[in-house]
Amino acid sequence: MTALVEAKSVSRHYRMPRNHLLRAPEMLTAVDSASFTLNRGETLGVVGESGSGKSTLARMVMAFEAPDSGEIRFDGTDIHALGASDLRRMRQRFQMIFQDPFGSLDPRRKIGWSIAEPLRVTQSEAPSHKTAEALEQVGLRAADADKYPHEFSGGQRQRIAIARAIVTRPDLIVADEAVSALDVSVQAQILNLLMDLQDELGLAMLFISHDLAVVASICDQLLVMQHGKTLEYGAATQILNAPAHPYTKSLLTAAGA
Amino acid sequence: MKRLPVNLLIGAALVLLVIGAAALSLIWTPHDYTEMNIRGKFGPPSELHWLGTDQLGRDVVSQLMAAARNSMAVALAAVLIGGSIGTALGLLASAIGGWVEDLVMRIADIGFAFPALLFAIMLAAVFGPSLTNAILAISFINIPVFARVARASANQIWTREYVTAAQAAGLTRAAISRDHILPNIAAPIIVQATIEFAVAILAEAALSYLGLGAQPPAPSWGRMLSEAQTLMYLAPQLAIYPGLCIVTAVLGFGLLGDGLRDVTDPRLVRER
Ligand SMILES: Nc1ncnc2c1ncn2[C@@H]1O[C@H](COP(=O)(O)OP(=O)(O)OP(=O)(O)O)[C@@H](O)[C@H]1O
Ligand SMILES: [Mg+2]
Repeated sequence: MTALVEAKSVSRHYRMPRNHLLRAPEMLTAVDSASFTLNRGETLGVVGESGSGKSTLARMVMAFEAPDSGEIRFDGTDIHALGASDLRRMRQRFQMIFQDPFGSLDPRRKIGWSIAEPLRVTQSEAPSHKTAEALEQVGLRAADADKYPHEFSGGQRQRIAIARAIVTRPDLIVADEAVSALDVSVQAQILNLLMDLQDELGLAMLFISHDLAVVASICDQLLVMQHGKTLEYGAATQILNAPAHPYTKSLLTAAGA
Repeated sequence: MKRLPVNLLIGAALVLLVIGAAALSLIWTPHDYTEMNIRGKFGPPSELHWLGTDQLGRDVVSQLMAAARNSMAVALAAVLIGGSIGTALGLLASAIGGWVEDLVMRIADIGFAFPALLFAIMLAAVFGPSLTNAILAISFINIPVFARVARASANQIWTREYVTAAQAAGLTRAAISRDHILPNIAAPIIVQATIEFAVAILAEAALSYLGLGAQPPAPSWGRMLSEAQTLMYLAPQLAIYPGLCIVTAVLGFGLLGDGLRDVTDPRLVRER
């Protein structure tokens, strides 16, 4: 059986702002040959401090930007080699949850409309029962579909964003700091919801956080990044119990473990 | 409920007055504005002619009302045409980005720097003076204005997470422009349209004053003004009335646009 996501030596460089007219602009390596394998139904946690390249990795997995070298295979297909329309169709199978629960929903659209958005890409008339079902799966009511984002709290909005992400029944969800903006009590609720959904729907998750405490509770595997480099990668239990790298140890201490 | 800004209220009142007069003129004016009466020329205000009559004995109020209609129609057409084309170009530039965006915006800069009056005179020289050419000229100067506003506003919306979410869902950039960008830049576009309405009214008056806009007997404040100019010592009121109408309309739409901007621009609201 092929892995759901396979990243092979993925690197991404950015041009730094030119600070000398005659010198070539310096390059910044945001992600330095990262590799991982994510199986169906499993969760890979990516941790690291701010600027370590986590979001860049996520954007490459989501095919928002292409790696400068290396490849990312989704269910055996190199997603960065796909044509635009094939990629668009493939996107039904991997969805994303964002950090800012106030920014990830269009303020001018009813939430039912936003949740059905991924469905409309492949079918002109999105069936409303799917929207209703997704809302109920995240613990909201079907009738909430007719409300606007400003009528909900941050935690509820994050549930709505999750409903949008699962409405196409994807195989993978990429969650970039999906609970970082929430209160601790709400964080736990959302994490529980994600784990429940994962069991129910057989989702794989790429779960990104700067907070090891958050990641530790839900991950099968861990990938620790610093300055774009992979410091550690392996089974979560093993890394948490016997961190090989001092940086991981310091993250553990910071997380209060 | 927040109190509405004063400029919005005054602007709305003036705009209602002008639009009301223009709309009313469609079904009723005190007299036929073309009806001449040489014996009754330069008549003083009376019960029959509220603001008197002009050098040909035509009723001034009726002319002003019909001219309001003309002015509104020209401004509406020009802002709609220039606004739609400009907004579409701005959306396109923002959606595609890269050199296409640079090219569109450079062309818009050139168009922006090009004096409208000069363009109208060129059109008139080539195709002859007409109301249609005046509308085209005013539309043309609106294109870069709206292209800039649309592009700048759209670029902001493109950075929002809900747009990234739409991309993750697999929407094309065209679909995102339609579903998310346009609805979310509607407010600044409407504000700009209101302000450009004022500019268009002034431009129409200027072109008609120069004989490049409405042709006789079509009524126009600008032409009334230029005809009255030669009679300044004889009947200064004939220049004052259309002048006041132009000021009222331009000020009204200008204040309304400013007021709308104050209400809709979140940056300004926060600064208060
Ligand atoms: N579009 C870009 N252009 C230039 N540099 C970028 C770009 N995106 C990211 N970077 C740089 O790449 C590095 C990694 O950024 P990235 O956003 O992936 O980090 P992160 O781990 O997600 O951090 P955070 O926890 O703050 O979200 C940073 O130094 C950042 O400044
Ligand atoms: Mg990040």
